[in-house]
Amino acid sequence: MSLFDVLRFALRALLGEKLRASLSWIGIAMGIASVVVITSVGDGARRFVLEEFGQFGSNLLQVSPGKVETIGVPGVVGGTTHKLSLEDATSLRSIPGITGIAPNVFGQARVEHGERGRSVFVLGTSRDACDMWRIELSGGEFLPEGEARAALAVLGSKLARELFPDGDALGKFVRAAGWRLRVIGVASPRGQVLGWDFDDVAYVPVASALDMFGREELHEIDVSFSHAELADEVVASIRTRLSERHDGREDFTLVTQGAMLEMFDRVLGALTLGVAALGGVSLLVGAVGVLTILWISVGERTQEIGLARALGASAGTILTLFLAEATLLSMAGGLAGLVGGLACTTLASWLWPSLPLAPSFGYALAALATSAIVGLIAGVAPAVRAAALDPVEALRAE
Amino acid sequence: MIELTGLSRRYVLGGETIRALDAIDETIRSGEHLAVMGPSGSGKSTLLNVIGCLDRPTSGSYRLDGREVAGLADHDLARLRRREIGYVFQAFHLIPRMTALENVELGMLFDGVARNERRERAVAALERVGMGARAHHRPGELSGGERQRAAIARAVVMRPRILLADEPTGNLDQASGRAVLELLDALHEQGLTVIVVTHDPGVARRAQRVLVLRDGRIVRRMPAVELRSLDEALAGAVP
Repeated sequence: MSLFDVLRFALRALLGEKLRASLSWIGIAMGIASVVVITSVGDGARRFVLEEFGQFGSNLLQVSPGKVETIGVPGVVGGTTHKLSLEDATSLRSIPGITGIAPNVFGQARVEHGERGRSVFVLGTSRDACDMWRIELSGGEFLPEGEARAALAVLGSKLARELFPDGDALGKFVRAAGWRLRVIGVASPRGQVLGWDFDDVAYVPVASALDMFGREELHEIDVSFSHAELADEVVASIRTRLSERHDGREDFTLVTQGAMLEMFDRVLGALTLGVAALGGVSLLVGAVGVLTILWISVGERTQEIGLARALGASAGTILTLFLAEATLLSMAGGLAGLVGGLACTTLASWLWPSLPLAPSFGYALAALATSAIVGLIAGVAPAVRAAALDPVEALRAE
Repeated sequence: MIELTGLSRRYVLGGETIRALDAIDETIRSGEHLAVMGPSGSGKSTLLNVIGCLDRPTSGSYRLDGREVAGLADHDLARLRRREIGYVFQAFHLIPRMTALENVELGMLFDGVARNERRERAVAALERVGMGARAHHRPGELSGGERQRAAIARAVVMRPRILLADEPTGNLDQASGRAVLELLDALHEQGLTVIVVTHDPGVARRAQRVLVLRDGRIVRRMPAVELRSLDEALAGAVP
């Protein structure tokens, strides 16, 4: 019996019981639809994060103070724990391959001009940050080279607009934390990236910011390097350099942007997979439906099975026919679920355009394949029951 | 040629062994028209099912055209049923969701005959039984006689050599029954071995020979023309 004939026979049998068949494939359809929707939400979130990261330059790494260790309490044994100092940052400049250093310190401060004032993030950094974070200026220029203290500021677009509603901010002075700062640049509007509003900030030279906030150590050092292949080398060099400066202790943490992206990707991927598996539970319920319907069907079609045996169908053929029915039934559900799920995500992204939704072709295909496999497995018990029927008794059944 | 030697079929039912067939020895020639009679429970249907390779003997030998069948695997028995044996049942056993034509095609479907050829042969078979015009009707739209004729078309469409009929007229009125029996006679004349299980002496008399069964044994073999009634045949049986 050819595969085509098997499928045709199975399809005809299913069409003979439309209502009943529908009841069981709808279960599968719901399962597949929920998996499609859930995974497109998960995948959308993943892409969203990746795109956000993509707004920064590539080949970045970050040094932050402190080290997460599994054993020991930092700072208790072996005296003081070194923080990251501005000197630590400048010492990195001589490492080959490094193209930029942004020693960062940040704090909240009220920035004022005349009667107008606004509480914003003040970010102490260096000129290199401009390239690293892809900051574009609508006027003026970014902070000067070097780490020297200077009473200068670059304003985010929103801050500039709020403080200077009807005029150019360039060359004007603002007050912040007791400092009088000359505005040398205004950044172009950019919006929020990873929850950080780039437009509502003031950039000042890092040394000035340390003074402003009464700090001696940095919050972090951002480093850019020329080639992705240099990552390991640069990380090793920085580790050696800073350890030397910190009396041989590695009391800082190095994370490359690549590693961070990988981690995000992994976490979100795992999350998506986990939630998809949850959707898989509804598939399981659908599978039970297919099993039940087919089990009943075998009982009702016992005579037909006996007849098929008398006409020369082997037990194997009967098994194949019922497995085909189960698979078709389940795949019909899978297909319906796929269409339903895609319709839902399309509708949702049309209604709420900001929702990061990305229907994944791969997941959709996997869902369809899963439904086929689920059907096949659900069909085993009824099919085996059908194949094991004694033909003589089956023919006599009522 | 069908050669049965010491053929037995036993069931265990509720801890009790039932000898449905008890050491049957019989030879049925190719092209013979045979009737099997006997009271209910005498084993005549079991005999038909064993000959039809639908049931397996518990012991003994069944040679079909010289080939031992008793120990064949399910797959080989299925092929024999497809190609050598045609079945006609009292209850017709047509699949209700399929047209007469599709029902006739079933055996060819299981045998892997290509679709176009299936259709042609099924149409031809239906025409031979006078059902050409009713080919696209479902069983529910056919009379009993028409259903049985479609079933006969299905039984012979694979050109088997043996036609087995279990009470083929049991569910039919006289006129339809006669038409069905005439069909069986015609098929016999074309060379088929026809074996009919019946309790109706009128049906049995159309055969050449009658086997009378009781308690799983053949108690009498007689020419069909000598048969008057089952009771009389049994009374004259060797105990």
